[in-house]
Amino acid sequence: MYVYADNAATTKLRPEALEAFVRTAEEYYGNPSSLHTAGQRAKEELNRCRERVAAALGGTAREIVFTSGGSESDNQAILSAAYFGARKGKRKIVSTAIEHHAVLHTLEKLKKEGFEIVLLPVGERGIVSAADAEREIDDDTCLVSVMLANNEIGTIQPVKEIGAICRARKVPFHTDAVQAVGHMPVNVKELNCDYLALSAHKFGGPRGVGALYVRTGTPLKNLIEGGAQENGRRAGTENLPAIAAMTVALETSLSRLPAYTKRVSALRDELIDNLSKIPHCALNGDREARLPGNVSFCFEGIEGESLLLLLDEEGICASSGSACTSGSLDPSHVLLAIGRVHDVAHGSLRLTLGEDTTEEDVAYLSEKIPRVVEYLRNMSPVWRDLKEGKRTYIL
Amino acid sequence: MSLYSEKVMDHFKHPRNVGVIENADGVGEVGNAKCGDIMKIYLKIDGDIISDVKFETFGCGSAIASSSMATELIKGKPLSEALTLTNKAVAEALDGLPAYKMHCSVLAEEAIKAAIKDYYEKNGIEYDRELFKESSCAHCEDHE
Repeated sequence: MYVYADNAATTKLRPEALEAFVRTAEEYYGNPSSLHTAGQRAKEELNRCRERVAAALGGTAREIVFTSGGSESDNQAILSAAYFGARKGKRKIVSTAIEHHAVLHTLEKLKKEGFEIVLLPVGERGIVSAADAEREIDDDTCLVSVMLANNEIGTIQPVKEIGAICRARKVPFHTDAVQAVGHMPVNVKELNCDYLALSAHKFGGPRGVGALYVRTGTPLKNLIEGGAQENGRRAGTENLPAIAAMTVALETSLSRLPAYTKRVSALRDELIDNLSKIPHCALNGDREARLPGNVSFCFEGIEGESLLLLLDEEGICASSGSACTSGSLDPSHVLLAIGRVHDVAHGSLRLTLGEDTTEEDVAYLSEKIPRVVEYLRNMSPVWRDLKEGKRTYIL
Repeated sequence: MSLYSEKVMDHFKHPRNVGVIENADGVGEVGNAKCGDIMKIYLKIDGDIISDVKFETFGCGSAIASSSMATELIKGKPLSEALTLTNKAVAEALDGLPAYKMHCSVLAEEAIKAAIKDYYEKNGIEYDRELFKESSCAHCEDHE
């Protein structure tokens, strides 16, 4: 049996998106910047895609910039707000402790350039408080950046509320919606955001393409210079086949969203119930306010990388926030932020279900994971110490 | 997965000498849970020979494979020979480890030395302290 449960890492390309990719590559081979017919046909197709993506998000075509993906979109939004903020003497950025590294590393870079970075705590539930955000916003604040849904623990953040506060205070607001788009309703107007980042491969589109929503009137600075593409906001010949495939993947996801949410949330809840029966484990992140497909646990007494390798042997593709899976010394900053100590954060497992996940898959995961956890615990000196009372259980 | 050599995966999936020796003559434990790996080695010693060895490991795939390989390399060997086992030899016997996983082989070497030291101390046997340097994991206590 083979179970792909790593949809937060990347999703399988949708057949409709693949078909759009191939068709666009064949039919619209012209360069949209060329004046001839082939170029203009490609430009028209590009504009149609832009309109469709904008409509799917509740924005207008001019507010959409196609990029290489979520990381680039996050970088461009944050660096733009910082750059324009600094010109007005504003050098404070408010964000959260659980952002993706595309945001956190960009903020670290800005910190070295003299910006004040405030990372709000998220508490045990893994959800930032809008009141905390409001308290931190002051006259020096040039940007607030809060992700819509977390990539590791799937928790959904009060973006709408924080966006409303920012709008009232006239502070630019960015949301990293990479994990959310295609998995929950996302409307830029309702979210009150000025920037929004998305990535195609998280909802069945191809890798290497994404978009940045920039609300009309919000300043944007180029990361890539060299041409007038994307209304002068991102140089480089447009990756039209990928953009068309992303457009189709987005529309397909949205058309299936109600059914997807209902079915996959039920599978997620069943899997959470089943894995919760494993002794000395804990669900990471709020049980209710989480993405339909996200299941994240810490298991005491074992280490995540060995768990992943053994699950892979059983045909299960999953992920972990263990230090050993990242090559660093520290486990996931998200798990540490929700209060998991190093000892148990190393034993984390993330399963992200998707549109293809079946009832049989959940049954298989529910059968195999407890066995593999038990097998690893039986060779763990930490587990022995816990059993023998020489160490105290944390979970 | 191609992250590891076939040999690492073999020792990880089918670890040799997993378990505990009751009333072991020497026990060594190194690493800490905070860093994500702990190795514990149990020795049974007859005369000067390691007649049996078992291990328990909390850690990643290469930590488990390194423990398994290290126990194989010292089983049936005299203590003097086990003391010369280097982390490099463990890694080489596994057909190599990724650079950032080399510390797993260091832990295996240190766990064996810690178990032998424990045996010497329990039995009041004189030994060369130079052979037993401080664990490379001591620094882990500092990071939080």
